[in-house]
Amino acid sequence: MPFTHRHLLGLEGLSRDELTFLLDTASSFKEISERDIKKVPTLRGKTVVSLFYEASTRTRASFEIAAKRMSADFVSLASSTSSVTKGETLLDTARNLAAMRPDAIILRHSAAGAPHFLAGRLDCPIINAGDGAHEHPTQALLDALTIRERKGHIEGLTVAIVGDVLHSRVARSNVFALKTLGAALRLVGPPTLLPPELRAWGDTTSNLEEGVRDADVIMMLRIQLERQGKNFFPTVDEYSRYFCLTQRAVAHAKADVMILHPGPMNRGVEIASDVADGPYSVIMDQVTNGIAVRMAVLYLLANRPRVESEVEQEAALPEEPAPRRLRRRAG
Amino acid sequence: MASERVVMDAQAIDRALTRVAHEILERNKGTGGLALIGIRSRGVHIAERLRAKIRAIEDTEVPTGIIDITLYRDDLSRSHQQPEVKGTQIGFAIDDKRVVLVDDVLFTGRTVRAALDALIDFGRPRNVQLVVLIDRGHRELPIRADYVGKNLPTAVNESVQVRLQESDGQDEVVIAPAEED
Repeated sequence: MPFTHRHLLGLEGLSRDELTFLLDTASSFKEISERDIKKVPTLRGKTVVSLFYEASTRTRASFEIAAKRMSADFVSLASSTSSVTKGETLLDTARNLAAMRPDAIILRHSAAGAPHFLAGRLDCPIINAGDGAHEHPTQALLDALTIRERKGHIEGLTVAIVGDVLHSRVARSNVFALKTLGAALRLVGPPTLLPPELRAWGDTTSNLEEGVRDADVIMMLRIQLERQGKNFFPTVDEYSRYFCLTQRAVAHAKADVMILHPGPMNRGVEIASDVADGPYSVIMDQVTNGIAVRMAVLYLLANRPRVESEVEQEAALPEEPAPRRLRRRAG
Repeated sequence: MASERVVMDAQAIDRALTRVAHEILERNKGTGGLALIGIRSRGVHIAERLRAKIRAIEDTEVPTGIIDITLYRDDLSRSHQQPEVKGTQIGFAIDDKRVVLVDDVLFTGRTVRAALDALIDFGRPRNVQLVVLIDRGHRELPIRADYVGKNLPTAVNESVQVRLQESDGQDEVVIAPAEED
């Protein structure tokens, strides 16, 4: 079951076979990063551009390393050092980049749907590296890969997603992926960050110990202070008193629980330091798997032939679904 | 529609591999420094069989690996769907080894070219030798096999298929005439 999409905008709507194929492909790329010579010639002569309108260390570095291990040329643009500061619009910036004939554009933007907007206007594969509070597909893929590696399967696992579920694109992408792959989900957080409509995704609770009870996997989310337009909880101290993952809370989960965090961590706010560095934590495996996942995505998307009849070919491909309108604006 | 013709049955395949195993041992004067690397997918099964035959003859285990040449192919950006990558597994250092690459069919030589490039990324073998079950001719690159199960003259547009118990449920090599459009 090959992957036929032209872009990677989100995981919503991807089938179980497609997700499994992405994970299998990523899994076979891991070996390359363990070689002495960490490079394969697959994307030689291809150009990958990253366009980041939001701060990032892990994701951007991970994409860059992935592209370079595949022998692609990588050009990195951050909004703070580009013409964006001179008032250029996203579309103008992207059009100019597209005219330089890249083979893929990796976009991070604070507006949900920004990658979909570009995908409909440029004839270049777009990879979503996080759009507002909407999706962050490669993060959820690397989370799923890390879970599958450690547990052997995803079907039937109980996964507790804890924290700022409302504002988290990581949570959203993970919900789509893990549900499709057969996991049972629990969403845990303060009531203000767990609106009733999220119940469609899984069980919701505002009691941390209850939420992680007998869980196979605990997925911590960062409190996104930059995305919150108004106060969803009184103080960070109060949040951490109820929702900080401590050893005491972890004791309620299964004995072989694994703990994920997408980073960057707010130590002492959503996760206690001894838990983050403890034996259940797979946070460093997540980072390693991130490179394999991004290599796989670049392999599947950036290596398409450029042909004169591109427009015709495109018409034959399934249209990318627009993101479902979000219920709340992301700050 | 003309039907396919069986050119090797299970017994013929087994005899050919037994001979090839002896030839490998003869030419390399035993198993010292020897390693087998099968090219995905059917080369892997043939390499495993050669390993078992060498074990039966010499009572030693030859390190055996798997190479996936997909990422080294020269036709990747010509196709609209990327072929599936299943990964390389070489659990030993190939430096200074006598590496025996194993594949099912030698045709244009492009797969072997890719395998050589992939192999060199893992180190510097002392030498590289090539085993194929079928050599069907029509090389597009200056590549030849050191050990051949069977030389099979074919037309360019004929198709040769090696079927093996491990992947296809039975052992046979068939040749099918050119497909008519």
